[in-house]
Amino acid sequence: MSTPLSRRAFAAGMGAVVVTFSLDPRGVLAQQAALPGDLNTTRMLDAWIRINGDGSATVCLGKVEFGQGILTALAQIAAEELDLPVARLKLINADTGATPDEGISAGSLAVENCGGALRSAGAEVRAILCGLAAQRLGVPPESVSARDGIISARDGRSIGYGELARDADLHREATGAVAPKPTGAHRIVGQSVQRLDIPAKVTGGAIYVQDMRPAGMLHGRIVRPPRYAATLAAFDEAAARALPGVVAVVHDGNFLGVIAEREEQAIRARAALLESARWSGGRDLPDPNAVHAHLQALPTQDKVISEKTAALPADARRVTATYRKPYLSHASIGPSCALAEFRDGQMTVWTHSQGVFPLRGQMATALRLPTEAVRCIHVQGSGCYGHNGADDVALDAALLARAVPGHPVRLQWMRDDEFAWEPYGPAMTLQTSGAVAGGRVVDWDFQLWSNTHSTRPSEPGGVNLLAAWSLAEPFQPGPPRITPVPPGTNDRNAIPLYDFPRQRIVNHLIPEMPVRVSALRTLGAYANVWALESFMDELAAAASVGPLAFRLAHLSDPRARAVLETVARRAGWHDGEKGNGQRGRGIAFARYKNQSTYLAVVAEVTVDRKTGVVRVVRVTAAADSGLIINPDGLRNQLEGGIIQSTSWTLKEAVQFDRTAIRTRDWSGYPILTMTEVPQVDIELINRPEEHAMGAGEASTGPTAAAICNAVANATGRRLRDLPLTPARVKAALA
Amino acid sequence: MTLSLKVNGAVHETAAEPDTPLLYVLRNDLGLNGAKFGCGLAQCGACTVLVDGAPARSCVTPISALGNASITTLESLGTTDTLHALQRAFIDEQAAQCGYCINGMIMTAKALLDQTPHPTEAQVRAALDGNLCRCGTHNRIVRAVLRAAQSSGVNARSAGSAR
Repeated sequence: MSTPLSRRAFAAGMGAVVVTFSLDPRGVLAQQAALPGDLNTTRMLDAWIRINGDGSATVCLGKVEFGQGILTALAQIAAEELDLPVARLKLINADTGATPDEGISAGSLAVENCGGALRSAGAEVRAILCGLAAQRLGVPPESVSARDGIISARDGRSIGYGELARDADLHREATGAVAPKPTGAHRIVGQSVQRLDIPAKVTGGAIYVQDMRPAGMLHGRIVRPPRYAATLAAFDEAAARALPGVVAVVHDGNFLGVIAEREEQAIRARAALLESARWSGGRDLPDPNAVHAHLQALPTQDKVISEKTAALPADARRVTATYRKPYLSHASIGPSCALAEFRDGQMTVWTHSQGVFPLRGQMATALRLPTEAVRCIHVQGSGCYGHNGADDVALDAALLARAVPGHPVRLQWMRDDEFAWEPYGPAMTLQTSGAVAGGRVVDWDFQLWSNTHSTRPSEPGGVNLLAAWSLAEPFQPGPPRITPVPPGTNDRNAIPLYDFPRQRIVNHLIPEMPVRVSALRTLGAYANVWALESFMDELAAAASVGPLAFRLAHLSDPRARAVLETVARRAGWHDGEKGNGQRGRGIAFARYKNQSTYLAVVAEVTVDRKTGVVRVVRVTAAADSGLIINPDGLRNQLEGGIIQSTSWTLKEAVQFDRTAIRTRDWSGYPILTMTEVPQVDIELINRPEEHAMGAGEASTGPTAAAICNAVANATGRRLRDLPLTPARVKAALA
Repeated sequence: MTLSLKVNGAVHETAAEPDTPLLYVLRNDLGLNGAKFGCGLAQCGACTVLVDGAPARSCVTPISALGNASITTLESLGTTDTLHALQRAFIDEQAAQCGYCINGMIMTAKALLDQTPHPTEAQVRAALDGNLCRCGTHNRIVRAVLRAAQSSGVNARSAGSAR
C-alpha cells in the first residue's frame, strides 16, 4: 500500500513529537516498507486503537475468540504498550463494519499477526499521548512517563489519557517508528492474566451467538438430504405450514428450511419435513474398509517438496512402512449457529465464523447482494478447532432471514446436521521408506496422499458454503490448490526438521473429494508428524539407537534439541527403557509448521492385552513458543491439544457406508471422556528475546506419535492405522 | 393451557406445548443462557440442570414431566459479583476454553458435592464422565471441582441452600 503524500507530510509534521522517543532503527527502515503484522495492511492507527474521554482505550482487531484465549492475550499486548490496565480496554473484534480485516483466525497466527500490529500501534499511540502531555506540561517529552493511563512529569504533575483523548489525533498512518517496550520492561505481557471471557461462561452470561435473543426473533431449522448430492423430489409443504407456529417454509432448489415462532416448533416442523421429503440420486461413498486405497487410486497433482541427493551407502539397511489416518470430525460440543436479519436490503449476520471478512464476500455472492449490503459480526460459539459448520450455518440463516424481512432468524444446526454435513479433516495415507547405516539415517523417502485441507470460504475461485451448492441456480466450490511449504496445508510438517543427507518428500494432492473435507486443527501436520515421528522410532530401532539419541543425532537446531532434552529430563526418560508387554513410553518431537512452536512429548500408555484397550496414562511435554505472552493461556492451549490428539489417536474416525455418512450423533463418534484423559505435565521454555509464536496446534502431532511409539515400546508391535481401536490392538497382538 | 414450572425458586407459567423439552423454555422463555443445546439426545450433558437436586438433561425432559419439581440452573448459583464456590474455582483454575460444556460440568459437579462434599479425584471423574468436553479442559475441570470442595464456601452454600 502506498502512503498518500498528505498523510506523510502530516506524520512528518508530528516528527518533533515522535522523534524524541526511542527510535528503533529497524522501525525507521520499516517506515518505507513493511509494518509489523497486520498493521501492514491496515495502516491507520485509529483503525486499531482509539482513546476515550473516560481514559479507556477501544481496541479494534480482526481476530476471533473460539476458546483459545486469544482476546485476552491480544489485550495484554495492547495494554502493555498503551500502559493501561487490561480492564480499561474495550475490545471490538471481527466485525466487517467496524474492525480491521485480518482474514481468518487460523494457523496459530493471531499472536504473530494481530499481536505484532497491536504491539507496534500501541507503542506509537503511547508515544503520541506522551508527546501531547509533555507539551501541555511544558516539559521535554523524554522527561514524562506513562503508567496505568496517567502520564507524569518528574515534578509530580500528571495528565490522564482521558484528558488527552480529544487532542490526540490517531487518524494517521502508523510509522512503525516507535520501538515497543523491551521485554525486560513488561508488566502485563508474560503474566497469567485471567481470561476475560471465563466469568460470563461460568455464570450463564450471554456470551455466545446461541444466546442472542433480539426482539421479534424467529427460529429456523434446515432440512438436509439423507446423503451427499441428493435431489429434492417432493415434500409436503402444506402439512409443514399447517403446524403450530410455522411462519415460512423456504425452498430453493435442493435447499429446504423452515421458520417458526418458537424453537421447538421449528424442530418439529423440520422433523415433519424430513419425514415427508423424498430425495433422489445422490453420490455414493467409497467402501469404508478400503477408503485409503480408493483415494490413492484417484488422479493426483504431485509435487516434490524437498529433495536431497547424497549417495546411498552400500551397507544401508532399508525399512518401509505405510501409515493411514481416517476422516476426523471437529465434533464441536455446540452445533453451529447464526443469527441473521434482512432489513432494508441489508443482510446482517452474527456468526462464530473464523473469518468474517471472507465469509461476507462469499455470502454476498451466494445471496446475489453487493458486498456492502452484507455485514458479518463475530460472536463466540462453541469451540470449532478449524472449519466446521460455522460458515455454512451463516448462509443457511441468511437464506431463511431473506424470506422474513425485518425479523431476526436464529438458526442452530441439529446434532446430525453438524456431524453429517460439516467438512472433516481428510483421510490420509503416508508411505515411508528409509535406510540407516552407522547409526544414522542415510535415506528418507516420504510420500503423502491427501485431499486438500482447506475448502474454507477464504479459498479463491468459487463459493465454499454448503447451501450455495444446493440452490436452484447453484454455485460451485473453488478448486483445491497446493500452497507452498512452509507453512503448507496437506504437506504441513512433511519435511523433517532433521538433518538427513538424502531425502525426497512428495505431496500427492487428490483433487477429488468423495467426502467433504476442510481444515481441522493442525491440517496435514497431525498425520505427517505422527507418521514421521513413528517412522523415526522404526529407523532408530533398525539402527539399534535409542529414540532420544537418534533424534538428537540428527538435530542441529538448538531450540529443537532443548525441548527434547527438557522433556526427557522432566519425564525421567532413558533410552533403552523396555516395555513390559502392558506398559511403555514413547517420545516424539516437532516444530509446528517447521517455523512455529517447538514441542516434544513423552507419553506413557498401558495396553490391556485381553481387551485391546489402550490407555494414555500420562503425557509430559516441553514447549518453546518464544516470548510467552500468557503462561497459563499457553498451557491451556497445549493441554487441550494433547488431550484432543489423544482422543483422535485412540478413538476417532467418521463412520460411513457406501450410501451415506453414519456418524450422526455421539454414539457414532465417541471421544475421550473424563475418566479416560491422561494426566498432563508441561514445562514451558520462555525465550523473551525471541518473537512470540502461537501454540494452539503445536501439540497434536507429537502427541499422536508419542502414543504410538509408547504402544510399540509396550508391546513390540507397531500400529500404523488410526485410531488405535481395541479391535485393531487385539489383532496386532494376536 | 399453561403449565407452571418452579425454576430457581420462582414459579413461571409457560404456554409451551407439554412435550416441549425444558431446555427451550429455560432459554427462550425465561432467558436463561446457562443450559446449552448440544445434542438433543441426552448424550453430551451441555444442557444439564438440577431437578430436585439431581442432574437432568433438559434437552430430553418434557416440561409435562416436571410437576412441582424444583429446577435449578447455573444462573441460580451465583453471578459474576456473587460467585458460587464452584464458579469461583472454575475461574481460579481457568477451567474453560470455549466453555460450551461448562454449564453441564458445574451443574453435575454441584449435584456431586451436595451429596459428597469431599469427593476423591476418581469420584469427580466418574461423576463427570457423561459430560463431554472437546477442548481438552478435563483436568482443569477436575481440579476446579476438587478446589471448590476444599473451600469452605461450597459447603456453607450447599448446606444452606435447600432448593
